[in-house]
Amino acid sequence: MSHYESPIRRPLVTGDKSYNDVTLDVVRPVEGKANKSWWVVFSIALIAFLWGLGCIVYTVSEGIGTWGLNKTIGWAWDITNFVWWVGIGHAGTLISAVLLLFRQKWRMAINRSAEAMTIFSVIQAGLFPIIHMGRPWLAYWVLPIPNQFGSLWVNFNSPLLWDVFAISTYLSVSLVFWWTGLLPDFAMIRDRAVKPFQKHIYGILSFGWSGRAKDWQRFEEVSLVLAGLATPLVLSVHTIVSFDFATAVIPGWHTTIFPPYFVAGAVFSGFAMVNTLLIIMRKVSNLENYITIQHIELMNIVIMITGSIVGVAYITELFMAWYSGVEYEQYAFLNRATGPYWWAYLLMMTCNVVSPQFMWFPRLRRSIMFSFFISIVVNVGMWFERFVIIVTSLHRDYMPSAWTMFSPTFVEIGIFVGTIGFFFVLFLLYARTFPVIAQAEVKSILKTSGEKYKKIRAEKGDDAKLYLEPEQDPLPNFKEQFNSNSNS
Amino acid sequence: MASKVLHAIFTDDDILLQAVKALREKKYSINEVFCPFPVHGLDKAMGLPGTRLAITSFLYGLVGLAVSTWMMNFIMIEDWPQNIGGKPSFSYLQNMPSFVPIMFEMTVFFAAHLMVITFYLRSKLWPFKKAENPDVRTTDDKFLMEISVNENNVQAIAEVLHENGASEIKLIHNKLIENELIEN
Repeated sequence: MSHYESPIRRPLVTGDKSYNDVTLDVVRPVEGKANKSWWVVFSIALIAFLWGLGCIVYTVSEGIGTWGLNKTIGWAWDITNFVWWVGIGHAGTLISAVLLLFRQKWRMAINRSAEAMTIFSVIQAGLFPIIHMGRPWLAYWVLPIPNQFGSLWVNFNSPLLWDVFAISTYLSVSLVFWWTGLLPDFAMIRDRAVKPFQKHIYGILSFGWSGRAKDWQRFEEVSLVLAGLATPLVLSVHTIVSFDFATAVIPGWHTTIFPPYFVAGAVFSGFAMVNTLLIIMRKVSNLENYITIQHIELMNIVIMITGSIVGVAYITELFMAWYSGVEYEQYAFLNRATGPYWWAYLLMMTCNVVSPQFMWFPRLRRSIMFSFFISIVVNVGMWFERFVIIVTSLHRDYMPSAWTMFSPTFVEIGIFVGTIGFFFVLFLLYARTFPVIAQAEVKSILKTSGEKYKKIRAEKGDDAKLYLEPEQDPLPNFKEQFNSNSNS
Repeated sequence: MASKVLHAIFTDDDILLQAVKALREKKYSINEVFCPFPVHGLDKAMGLPGTRLAITSFLYGLVGLAVSTWMMNFIMIEDWPQNIGGKPSFSYLQNMPSFVPIMFEMTVFFAAHLMVITFYLRSKLWPFKKAENPDVRTTDDKFLMEISVNENNVQAIAEVLHENGASEIKLIHNKLIENELIEN
């Protein structure tokens, strides 16, 4: 029963929290009423979402000619937004799966929300290719089913089809991973609920979780195996997204560095988005004792490292363009950095490569305001990375007569803003109705990593008792009770 | 079957583990323990056999790999071979490199989903399933142990539980879901 953890490790749960305190803190936002600022933010997000919905309806009814695309830049903003959202969707599974395999206990406070963010952002991502099809009601044509033209099938050599499989596998496995982890926490809310309606709803959501020893044994094994499966899965998804570009023949796209470069960029932007959301949430939902400065600092370190990997990739790309000796390739990169879209390239470089370097300074990476600011900067930078890759690689076509510039119309801006609104609508609803911290898992590390218990060990030695002696009533005569046939 | 059980409530996982060990030493068998979070070492202390879900996942993964291989061989090679970029379309093996992503994705898809479905079915978890924890506090911060008793050992077991720190002990008569619990 050793709960020993080196005292050099800072506590992951601060404040003198007992098991019951964890329950109360996690359930408070769910049982309490929404405050005014929640309603304000929710209304703004809802309006943005509805506006985006209107733009989607307009696009679908009129055709994608309502966007600013032209015959040179056929992917418009649409695929930029798609890749941006998929990238953001990488942090959740990375936190819950990769960090589980590495036994990083700090993941437990943030994995639930990070996974929620993953699922919500992959939903946004999935919208874009479907809208871009022009006839979204035929979206099922991407599935390998025989169609009405005879047995003409989908093309399994195409990275676009690989994407369909990768993203649907990723979305569904993430969802199942998330939901399995949610069952004990929904059960906790269910068992506390006093109103019959809530009890019923959370009863359905918790799938009748009872918390038997055997269930927990299976639960832990399933979590571990899912983590083992999700780890290569999360890496495969953005690898395959990068294949959409890397297998093309467009200069600036067909580079073998794309898969690792995209995966690092995805983790980078995903962690930035986790920071953005959790810095707000810990404040609004009073979870500062669970999502501590240390959690923010660790995420900042991940942002710093992945940002630097992305920086190395940018520079490698430039070098390889020169070193390849291919003039199209050389021009593509020269044009990227110094052509008419130089400002986008500069924004990308500053936001993604320079700004994370501030995180080398402990004072800055422990500052909440600064972390929040950088997380926004990184999100902007990563959007521009995709814009640079897509638009600047396309806008100087092989024939100078096809050279063009790209500017979006209000419709595609509206759709992008709409997906941000949709994302926040989902996340805000989640924050009010779901247990936003994996409380069962946090309870299981409370004695090793909670401040209260670390203090007890520091005072009374490592073998100190970490519990209060229970209050006991004198033992009744059970034999007598056994023979009387009434329930006591 | 034995329709009378003792329900003992513990306030802490360390106390619970001590009690489980004490009972097992005296060769009493424990029906069930309900916990709010996974208590490490509890399954071993109770003498539960290990779970085989990881093995099922591996097997499901193999099924996924086989299904994807069969599917793409049928679609791309047998049923409607297409000339794409002049690449050979008459041999699965030669075309295989571009099928690897989907073979991988479907392996993961099958391994993950079928394992989770197996887990839900084995642990009887699904929407509209009634929860079976006897005390609502067991999802918050209390641990409940359930032990079948008979007239002769009830007092002895209760004493062991009491000595090892059970904060509440109750005798439950004629428990209706009893048989179901024992079968599990």
